[in-house]
Amino acid sequence: MAINTSNSNVATRENRIGSITGYVGTLKDLASQSECGTLKGCSRCFSQSSTCLSTCGLGQLAGIRDVAIIHHGPAGCSVASANAYYMSKVMSKKRGVTSSTVYVGTDMNENDTIFGSTSTLRDVILEVNKRYSPKAIFVSSSCATGIIGEDIDSIVDDVREEVGVPIVAVHCEGFKSRIWATGFDISDHAVLQEIVQPPREGVKTNKINFKNFFESARPEIIEMFKQFDLEPVFLYCNSTIEELSHLSESIATTCICGTLGNYLGNALEEQYGVPYVRSINQCGITGFETWLREIGKVTGRSDKIEKYIEEQRAIYIPQIEEVKKELKGLTAVLGMGPGYTFEVSRVLEELGIKVVWALAWHYDKKYEDGNVPPSMKYLLDNDIDFEASVADQQNYEVMNILNKYQPDMYLSRHPGSTVWAIKNGTPAIYVADEYMIFGYKHTLEFAKTIVDAIKNRSFEENLAKRTKLPYTDWWYKQNVDTFLEEVK
Amino acid sequence: MAKLLDKQRYKCALGAMQSVQAITRALPILHSGPGCAQKLSESIGSSGYFSPNIFPCTSINEKDVVFGGVKKLNSTIENALKVIDADLYVVLTGCIPEIVGDDSGEVVSRFEDADKPVIYAPTAGFKGNNYKGHEQVVDAIVEQYLKKSETKQKGLVNIWADVPYQDLFWLGNLRELEKLISELGLTPNTIFGYNRGIENIDKIPEAEFNLLVSPWVGLNNMKKMERKLGIPYLHYKTLPIGATETSKFLREVGKFAGVAEEKVESVIKEHEDYYYYLIERYADLFLENRVINKQFTVVSDAHYALGITKFLANDLGLVPAKQFVVDDTPKNRREEIAEEFKKLNFGLEAEVSFETDGFKIHEEIKNHDYHGYPLVLGGYYEKEVTESLKGNFLNVSYPVQDKVVLDTSYVGYRGGIRLIEDIYTVAVQRFN
Repeated sequence: MAINTSNSNVATRENRIGSITGYVGTLKDLASQSECGTLKGCSRCFSQSSTCLSTCGLGQLAGIRDVAIIHHGPAGCSVASANAYYMSKVMSKKRGVTSSTVYVGTDMNENDTIFGSTSTLRDVILEVNKRYSPKAIFVSSSCATGIIGEDIDSIVDDVREEVGVPIVAVHCEGFKSRIWATGFDISDHAVLQEIVQPPREGVKTNKINFKNFFESARPEIIEMFKQFDLEPVFLYCNSTIEELSHLSESIATTCICGTLGNYLGNALEEQYGVPYVRSINQCGITGFETWLREIGKVTGRSDKIEKYIEEQRAIYIPQIEEVKKELKGLTAVLGMGPGYTFEVSRVLEELGIKVVWALAWHYDKKYEDGNVPPSMKYLLDNDIDFEASVADQQNYEVMNILNKYQPDMYLSRHPGSTVWAIKNGTPAIYVADEYMIFGYKHTLEFAKTIVDAIKNRSFEENLAKRTKLPYTDWWYKQNVDTFLEEVK
Repeated sequence: MAKLLDKQRYKCALGAMQSVQAITRALPILHSGPGCAQKLSESIGSSGYFSPNIFPCTSINEKDVVFGGVKKLNSTIENALKVIDADLYVVLTGCIPEIVGDDSGEVVSRFEDADKPVIYAPTAGFKGNNYKGHEQVVDAIVEQYLKKSETKQKGLVNIWADVPYQDLFWLGNLRELEKLISELGLTPNTIFGYNRGIENIDKIPEAEFNLLVSPWVGLNNMKKMERKLGIPYLHYKTLPIGATETSKFLREVGKFAGVAEEKVESVIKEHEDYYYYLIERYADLFLENRVINKQFTVVSDAHYALGITKFLANDLGLVPAKQFVVDDTPKNRREEIAEEFKKLNFGLEAEVSFETDGFKIHEEIKNHDYHGYPLVLGGYYEKEVTESLKGNFLNVSYPVQDKVVLDTSYVGYRGGIRLIEDIYTVAVQRFN
């Protein structure tokens, strides 16, 4: 699908790539239905709260150093600024750099919903520019400003010359999509629209764009890539506007999570011919090797990469095989974004753990290039199947599943989710850091972490014994799909 | 009117979902976009019997914006009653339904005969901040759930103080206020926190009076309860921290409630004796350390700005530099609150600025002469600016990133001691 950066609006994942948030069935059915085009997601007549796409979109942009985010809306929308401030301080400190990124709100009130407040927005943009001299400015809408029709595009165009730095309108109305990952696309779109420049002539580089969240494995990846004569450019946490402006010059783009990297990767390929590494991700042994080999192929470095794989296998595979003995036969339920659910499922199978149910917070039928996501394709090609559902973090469905299956562990990646599993008496493993299962070394650590989590269940038992779960007996007797209904 | 919110210290009215959550077994049902609950919750200490990620939510989409979301609201309430075991269901509306004109009140009224009470509070984000939203929730309980009681329970006092979760110390503070009131021989009643819930709400109309400990938040609720439920109120504006203010507080409450003076004085004496036993032992730390000077600044909501200013000035003999109130206090309340800052020992008066623009606050802090290292108690935003001035910083107000609080309290005699411990724990980590 062609990516149109001349318009500041990005189509939602639902409309662009047919993503869904409601499905209950099996992995094979989900995949075959999406391949033949018959998959139709369901909606729910009862749902629990999830995540706003603006949290993802503006959270990504706020990770960039020395920029300004202006969130035009009521104070609740821009409350993310408090966490953005904290993240910007601690993440830059961890890396040994500084950032003066600011995230401000406009505290819109009732009068503004009637009379509009574009002139205030204009003043706010100019004042923020004067106070902080940001390297770029992102001006975002909210549900309220979107519905009353505040024309943020015009305001941005109007002040462009005066502010003298890249400025871009970002459309973050939370009601647009139930898939918060649309926010990742929105941030990519903004960066592509105003920050990324065409490649400079004659510039040769060994840089590879690496889309991730919080760059915790940065030092070791730099070290590893050095052996392949590659230099990773991590995005967007701690990126500079200068770095981003040259993304088009890199020799490839790769990412830690397909959900996160898909839009930028495809757009850079489509617009500037920067190849996007399409592969299952780096989780687990097969994932890591497949990804490295794909990089080797795309960048012409296969020999160096094969040598690396051989050396590393010798160190780690015997150790991983040893831990696997303790994991054999355990069962797991997992709930994550689709960029991780189907990758982590593969790793669990690899470690000898049986996946009994996998929940994905949404499901992309196809990526921008028209293909089924690689992680799904891998599972299908290898004849792996299990029960699966798609639910935007619907905790009542998760609890229904955990109650029925009583697995040995629940794996999750989203804040506030693990405590619910342990109150059910199920040990929970929080796969928070995106590099927690990266490569041989972290796969080994991950396996050992599972062993530790299973070994000492004191905390789970203590809490489960003393707490009452909030769901009714009636609900536990229902099928998981009770509240799903076909989209009309 | 909209304004530049630089270094934001509050949420929107829908943030009152946290006030509902603080009532044990009360469940917020959000008629809002899918991500409001997550945004408006803290990442630490937000779980419990319910947590924001299990709050039922209509998760309004584009179609609902065009065609209205009442049908979805109806099915969400209906099924919430079936799926989730709560004592009270509180429907809270966000921005979208109020702009597109959903009649949420009508939908809620369809559940009048449900087994459990379902009430409704309009809390669109643009209607005000979460301090106002908190008042809306209490109002909804008073208006839609409570009825006037013909009988009163002798000595029963409803206590209203902090805005739960917005205030890091809300749980501990309420419990400490209860203890103090109990020591006077009265029976406290609060609705927030462990072991408080619908039964305490049911008791509200039987109280002899309402005690509001807050500069302004909740005053509208007191007036409403006076009108509707016939409950008189005592408005004590200063959060009592430390001996001076707590003793004053006990005397005032005792007088209002008709507690014998000897009883009040004996409670005070017992506490002050122990309090000054501790202060005497540690006085040389306060007098002889090299890093805490006399001048301090508090950047907080009116509640803590006033309480801490009085404590540091009247108990510890420090001198207030400018104080900043950042909760967007309603304009008609500002003058009387500013007056309270002028009632300090030895005729001292603290200058106070009602300011929501953090940039301006930081400029003023940087430009003030603290005669040495400044002591700043504020939100996490003040950490960096205080460090750049080589000052001492304590994170006491929103946003909080530097502190984990389970049930600590800054209220009362014990609370004053806790605050001293926290301030001097910062101080002793350095030499000069």
